[in-house]
Amino acid sequence: MFKATELNLRNEQREKRWRLLFLLMALLLILPVLIILILLVYRGGPVISWSFLFEFPRNGMTEGGIFPALLGTIFLVVVALVFSVPLGVAAAVYLSEYAPDNWLTRTINLAIINLAGVPSIVHALFGVGAFVLFFEFGTSILAASLTLGIMTLPVVIVATRESLQAVPHAFREACWALGATRWQTIRRIVLPNAVSGILTGIILEVSRTAGETAPIMFTGAAFFVPFLPESVYDQTMALSLHLYTISTQVTGVPEDLPFGVALVLIGIVLSMNALSIAFRVYLRNKKKW
Amino acid sequence: MPQAPPDAGPDAPSTPPAPPVLEVENLSIRYGDVSALRNVSLSVHEHEIFGIIGPANSGKTSFLKTLNRMDRFESHMRVEGHIRFLGRDVRAWRNVYALRQHIGVVFPLPVGLPLSIYDNVALSPRLRGVTDRRELDVIVERCLTRAALWDEVKDRLDSLGSLLSGGQQQRLTIARALSQDPALLLLDEFSIAVDPVTTMRIEDVLKELRKEMTIIMVTNLVQQARRLADRTAFFLTGDCVEIGRTDDLFEGKVKDPRTYDYILGRFG
Repeated sequence: MFKATELNLRNEQREKRWRLLFLLMALLLILPVLIILILLVYRGGPVISWSFLFEFPRNGMTEGGIFPALLGTIFLVVVALVFSVPLGVAAAVYLSEYAPDNWLTRTINLAIINLAGVPSIVHALFGVGAFVLFFEFGTSILAASLTLGIMTLPVVIVATRESLQAVPHAFREACWALGATRWQTIRRIVLPNAVSGILTGIILEVSRTAGETAPIMFTGAAFFVPFLPESVYDQTMALSLHLYTISTQVTGVPEDLPFGVALVLIGIVLSMNALSIAFRVYLRNKKKW
Repeated sequence: MPQAPPDAGPDAPSTPPAPPVLEVENLSIRYGDVSALRNVSLSVHEHEIFGIIGPANSGKTSFLKTLNRMDRFESHMRVEGHIRFLGRDVRAWRNVYALRQHIGVVFPLPVGLPLSIYDNVALSPRLRGVTDRRELDVIVERCLTRAALWDEVKDRLDSLGSLLSGGQQQRLTIARALSQDPALLLLDEFSIAVDPVTTMRIEDVLKELRKEMTIIMVTNLVQQARRLADRTAFFLTGDCVEIGRTDDLFEGKVKDPRTYDYILGRFG
């Protein structure tokens, strides 16, 4: 017969306690998310209406809606994507499919890691120096979007590279053995099977770009613009900056108004994240090997 | 003693030797400082099944990789010596892609590409620029038939090749290799992930294919070499110990006693 020793019993006790501790820590994560969401919905919810979403702010930002900021954020994100996605995907394809393991590749990888670690305010100053002043784009959507694009480039590159690497190497070898060039292999086998993962990465990038404040506040986003942007050389309002200004810079703003703006912003971010999760589920169901 | 050898096989010494499809001279392969293969010289004749046997880490797979210049994809692999395929040095081919299109490869683990069964087989013709649907239909049906897979998949050519069973996928890769119309077919331990019944079916397929092409078959199953190969080479830790007619080797007519020891299963 087997009989549990003293040590067995003590280990079992410890096992339970450790498990409980880890579980509590994990549960703790939900808490801030819940608090933020409840607070925002509770206080910001009543603020939101059609007129709030589709009207201009009035009376020194203390009344009216957020339409130009909402539109501006979408504008900024789209232009940022136009720059960062082709550049990031192409760089990731090179790094994943072509790059030999040499000093150049290692330098590029190091640069990507460092780029990801640069604080957003430093990106903002770089944007001012490079795009606003040197390229003479002025404070404009173009300058702000380029700054955002550079800031989110590492996200696109890393996400793309990882989804390319997730395609089994055996597929490439089999394709090469048929006489395919690297590019034929990438186009016919690797990219089609990585595209869902790449899209997931891009959507995550969108949600991050939408919320950034520092990189756009000196490069193209303005406190108040009385008209909607018509070209990429115009200045624009943006939700994140709008939230910052009405909570800290303007007096006489109704207390619940910033909560409403924050709710719209977080709504955009969360719906993007939900989309990315949906993509991932879709990808899992379509798994081809 | 073996029974009567299979029909029209290795017991036909009267026919004059065909010109070699592949000539290998003093081939050595190194991975960095590690030597994987040393001074191998051999030639493979037309319509021959050439078996290569030997324990793991003998350099068998490395040997195959050099033949269609897949060593280009391995940055640490160094190759010395000469390989002539169809009379031309493989390094002198205008481009490696043209060379690879003449050499079909079947890998140890079946690799059904994540494409439909049809597209798997049509991939190589498409890479060569065949776009006519009817022409592709003919190629696909012919290759799948020759690989003994057509009857099982003809009603679901649109389903994914990578979701077939292991044995079916391996026949799919053979069909894919055949779609290249290769002069030389390389098989690297093709039966490692295949059930015995499918293995025997593939072996029958190979006996048929021999009439049209030359086959080099690396195998870890000594008896498989005995069943199929006209001549067999024995590789051991990077040396080509012996090359001889398969029947001779299995009758014990060997120059190096290690060969017979391996064949009898005394080590390996």
